[in-house]
Amino acid sequence: MFAWVGEDRMPSADARPIDNDGRKTGGGEPGGGLVVAVWATLKRDLTLLMRRRSEVLNPLVFFALVITLFPIGISPDPELLATIAPGLLWVAALLAALLSLDSLFRSDYEDGSLEQLLLTPQPLAMLGLAKVAVHWLLTGLPLALMAPVLGIMLALPAGSYLVLAFSLALGTASLSLIGAIGAALTVGLSRGGVLLSLLVLPLYIPVLIFGAGAVQAAIMGDGASAHLAILGALLALSLMLAPWAVAASLRISING
Amino acid sequence: MGKIWSFIHKLGSPKWFYAISARLMPWFWLAAAVLILVGSVWGLAFAPADYQQGNSFRIIYVHVPAAFLAQSIFVSMAVAGLIFMVWKIKVADMAAAVMAPLGAAMTFISLFSGAVWGVPTWGTWWMWDARLTSMLILLFLYLGVIALRGAFSSRDSGSRAASVLAMVGVINIPIIKYSVDWWYTLHQPATFSVTSRPAMPLEMWAPLLIMVLGFYCFFIAATLMRTRSEILRREANKRWVRELAGGLS
Repeated sequence: MFAWVGEDRMPSADARPIDNDGRKTGGGEPGGGLVVAVWATLKRDLTLLMRRRSEVLNPLVFFALVITLFPIGISPDPELLATIAPGLLWVAALLAALLSLDSLFRSDYEDGSLEQLLLTPQPLAMLGLAKVAVHWLLTGLPLALMAPVLGIMLALPAGSYLVLAFSLALGTASLSLIGAIGAALTVGLSRGGVLLSLLVLPLYIPVLIFGAGAVQAAIMGDGASAHLAILGALLALSLMLAPWAVAASLRISING
Repeated sequence: MGKIWSFIHKLGSPKWFYAISARLMPWFWLAAAVLILVGSVWGLAFAPADYQQGNSFRIIYVHVPAAFLAQSIFVSMAVAGLIFMVWKIKVADMAAAVMAPLGAAMTFISLFSGAVWGVPTWGTWWMWDARLTSMLILLFLYLGVIALRGAFSSRDSGSRAASVLAMVGVINIPIIKYSVDWWYTLHQPATFSVTSRPAMPLEMWAPLLIMVLGFYCFFIAATLMRTRSEILRREANKRWVRELAGGLS
């Protein structure tokens, strides 16, 4: 146990002295190596997820199902639904994205390929970013494309559909990045699911505010560009910081 | 410089921290007791009543210091986590571990006193106002850090995971600070700031400052005390702890 204390990077450093030397002598190798590694990770994860279609489809079904619950639970009155539709769509999409987070690193952790990822000479942050990108491509983007259809069912006022889809596409990218930190922290725990939502949901709130705010602003006719710009800023910030937190968290989860 | 560095190095060793904190702690307890006593008697009995809110404004003397601490403790917890992650100083992690419940308690106190304050002011226990909401989020962040630390079977992994989460969560602190600007709010604008001239008269403002200082002293004293017991718990197998325990019995 105590061997790991204070030796954060020892396992990977031990396992790759040759790689390290190879990199130093290899000249322009690292740049090409990184691109190749990121591309390979992207392709591998996409292939794996496309073979497990249900994992991709389940969040979408969940999204539609939760949206169906609200008119039943509140009222079928279109006017009432129209006023709460932006928030409902955003919250439901956020929960659907959250639902799929637990499996982000889970199978890689269980079959050991996450440890291989840690051993590669390429920075773990970039490889983690590739995995997050795949998660967004197969969760956030479909949710964003599906949301306008559910918006029709909730009598969402016209003129806000494009903003809804765009704000969700931007926002879910931040959600995937922030959520990946939580997923990386809890991947080593056998029952990480509920804990994951406890960790991640408070951090989702700014995205939710500006995402739902963008749709709201579009309905009011105020122009949603300010909200979308802040969503973009949040994405830029999480794009910059989250990969490092994900990499540190993965190291903790593997070593623990 | 050399002296300062060697002092910091000593502080990083549990044994020295235990010895140094023993000398510092009584002074902080004393300061906290005196300041909180003076501040609360002054604030609750002698400060003039607010012309709008009457006597109900006096809850400010608990609400504001608790809210201050709730945010500062999260920042200091994240700083302790950073020190632990970068320099592997175990005492920093012990301090971070004992700060989390303290901070959660302060957040709860500020939420609760805010709700009690809301009854005479807004006529309701809860209002979705910007600062109450961000305090609630802060409470969830604290609970997340505490839960994550407890979820790991290896203490070292739990410590490092909690440190990472605290550092990630500290991004939430500026959001709390600026939430007043971001959302339309029913809450009064920030009642108290050290830099700008307060809108409150001095008789109301001075006891509040004393209470804030008292709460901070209490936080430092309580953190020192709880870190000391955490040191004894984690270092129970070390010789100096055994000698200490043997000497006491």
